Amino acid sequence: MNMMSEAAVEKALDKKMNDISYKMIGKDVSVYYGDKRALYDVNLNVRQNTVTALIGPSGCGKSTFLRTLNRMNDTIEGCRVTGRITLDTDDIYDPNIDVVELRARVGMVFQKPNPFPKSIYENVAYGPRIHGLAKAKADMDAIVESSLQKAGLWNEVKDRLLEGGTGLSGGQQQRLCIARAVAVSPEVILMDEPCSALDPIATAKVEELIHELRANFTIVIVTHSMQQAARVSQRTAMFHLGNLVEENDTDKMFTNPDDQRTQDYIMGRFG
Amino acid sequence: MSISLLLLVVAVIGVAGYMVGSWRANALAGGRLSNLHSRPGYYGSFVAIWAMLPAIVVLLVWIVASPIYISSTVRAGFPEEVKATSQAEQNLGYNMIGAIARGMAMLSAEEREALFKDGTTARSLLATKGVPLAADPAPYMLKSADDLSRMSRASSTFLSILVVLAAAVGAFFSYRAIAPRFRARNRVEGVMLVGLIAASSIAILTTVGIVASMATEAIHFFNRVPAWEFFFGTVWDPRFAAAGSTDSSGQFGLIPLLAGTLYIGLVAMLVAVPVGLFAAIYMSEYASRHVRSVAKPLLEVLAGIPTIVYGFFALVTVGPFLRDLSEQLNGLVTGDYSNFIQAQSVLTAGFVMGIMLIPYVSSLSDDIITAVPRAMRDGSLGLGATRSETIKRVILPAALPGIVGALLMTASRAVGETMIVVLAAGVAARIQLNPFEPMTTVTVKIVSQLTGDLEFTSPQTLVAFALGITLFFITLCLNIYALYIVRKYREQYE
Repeated sequence: MNMMSEAAVEKALDKKMNDISYKMIGKDVSVYYGDKRALYDVNLNVRQNTVTALIGPSGCGKSTFLRTLNRMNDTIEGCRVTGRITLDTDDIYDPNIDVVELRARVGMVFQKPNPFPKSIYENVAYGPRIHGLAKAKADMDAIVESSLQKAGLWNEVKDRLLEGGTGLSGGQQQRLCIARAVAVSPEVILMDEPCSALDPIATAKVEELIHELRANFTIVIVTHSMQQAARVSQRTAMFHLGNLVEENDTDKMFTNPDDQRTQDYIMGRFG
Repeated sequence: MSISLLLLVVAVIGVAGYMVGSWRANALAGGRLSNLHSRPGYYGSFVAIWAMLPAIVVLLVWIVASPIYISSTVRAGFPEEVKATSQAEQNLGYNMIGAIARGMAMLSAEEREALFKDGTTARSLLATKGVPLAADPAPYMLKSADDLSRMSRASSTFLSILVVLAAAVGAFFSYRAIAPRFRARNRVEGVMLVGLIAASSIAILTTVGIVASMATEAIHFFNRVPAWEFFFGTVWDPRFAAAGSTDSSGQFGLIPLLAGTLYIGLVAMLVAVPVGLFAAIYMSEYASRHVRSVAKPLLEVLAGIPTIVYGFFALVTVGPFLRDLSEQLNGLVTGDYSNFIQAQSVLTAGFVMGIMLIPYVSSLSDDIITAVPRAMRDGSLGLGATRSETIKRVILPAALPGIVGALLMTASRAVGETMIVVLAAGVAARIQLNPFEPMTTVTVKIVSQLTGDLEFTSPQTLVAFALGITLFFITLCLNIYALYIVRKYREQYE
């Protein structure tokens, strides 16, 4: 670094700045559940093809923020969102936006594996089918196979695609749910503590998968595990009591955070 | 002492036992409740239970056993010529003795003496005391009545002493048993458990009793009429025997009744299932909490309307409306203003019964749809499915086995429904397919065979029990099958 001229450093930084493209931009996002306020003016941007981890103690609003990104909060009665969230250039809370279309672009994987009580094949084919992504049976077969492959599940289930999805192990079920989300070809995948119901081996597989998915998708993941955030993410955002405390590169966040509260949380002093 | 007074005394002893028991427990605790095994209230309850329970058992046994003993003793004292008469005559006599004994208790000593000197005045004398006799009593009756009233009085006194003694002894010994480490809580809860078991076995035993009583009568019927004629006969014509003749037993074919029952049930389900199911889907998936809190109870009010009221509705409103409607339609199309829908018809009964069944379908299905885990909805919505796609493709398939179970239970209600069909379906037992014509059902025929002044032993009456047990069997099978399906469905999630 010392060898470079000041101008060269400037140029490198500029280039780096230019490389960043924001997939989703949240500006002054606040969420209310009835009279109770859950998020306070959160400004958080999600970078393209990056894994962004949301961390913080329970009840800090990280899951709430995640759910605002594909408007899953709409299904909760009495929930109100203010502020502005854009996906590329579209304001997702614009009345003209079709929430169904939005959720096809911003997929979601839940805390507990929730395969439908249908066959493995039908679980994966569910999304493409309702969005009309495949015309012929062969197209659908191809989508199902490639989705299961992307989710690293193909080799384990290729011989029993017609068996029930609920018969798989917990880790397999969660990867099936990821395959189900991937099958719709979303741009962003939201994951709400995807490994909290899994054993360490299944967790390792899902984490590896998240790494690989980054090449094609933008990922936002809520996690309670510091190690997981450190392992899978490039950017980390720390929430506390409904406020965004700090958002930074993961490496910096876990070695030299800007905010004392982040330091305390990561060191295990609260939360 | 009268029984109610006796019960009151036992209750007072029980309450006193409770207070004394908890007071003693408190005293033993010496200010530190942790010294006791159980809280003081349990010691009190323990004493109260042992004061009341044995006393009440003694009371019940005595109430049952004492009249039997007294009756057999008094009858043993009857003169030989009375004993030689038939059992029914002896019963009559004994009833009269009972009445005399009741009357004697109200007489003064002089009146009693006068009565024993001259038995012929008994009827008029007792009548003045408000005890009417059917005839002048035979001489032996006065003596027997005297025995009876004496024994009754003795029995009553003895009972009072025994019950109070049982309560006191129970209270005393349970009070003595109180000690700091005595496990009163476990004992009290043990007694409660026995009470709960007794309550649930009453329900089960009642069912068994009902089946047994129906089965005995049905067997009498099948002794007169061959079973295959009943189950496979296609003609229902239970001609009532003309006075004196014995051979005209009529034909008791079940098939026309069963056909009517199933046909009307089918029409009812055609009305109730779509409406109820759609209402359930709206209530569970679309309605806001506010709408739901108002609409659901309103819908369930329908379930609280007595079925006889639905019967009126069918008879007075729906039936004539359909008849007039068909008249007008027929007139408009053919110019011939005659109705093709009868006021009493399969359609009328089925339609009104369907309305009655809507709340059952909707309420049961609503519970089942709501029981589908929220994760299923979120998973589907998160993939960009609309609400209706989520319902059609995820929630209904997941809930389907449960809904089918609910529908089967509803169907068994439709089969057993009585009052609506009595008023709206008609009484003509025939096999036909036109829903605008009257048909009749098993339940209607049970009512009509049992309400009449036929003797109870004729096949015309006994057939009601055969019909009843058939109906019971059908609904039982439907319910068991429904439970089986519902249970299978439950296993899917856990």
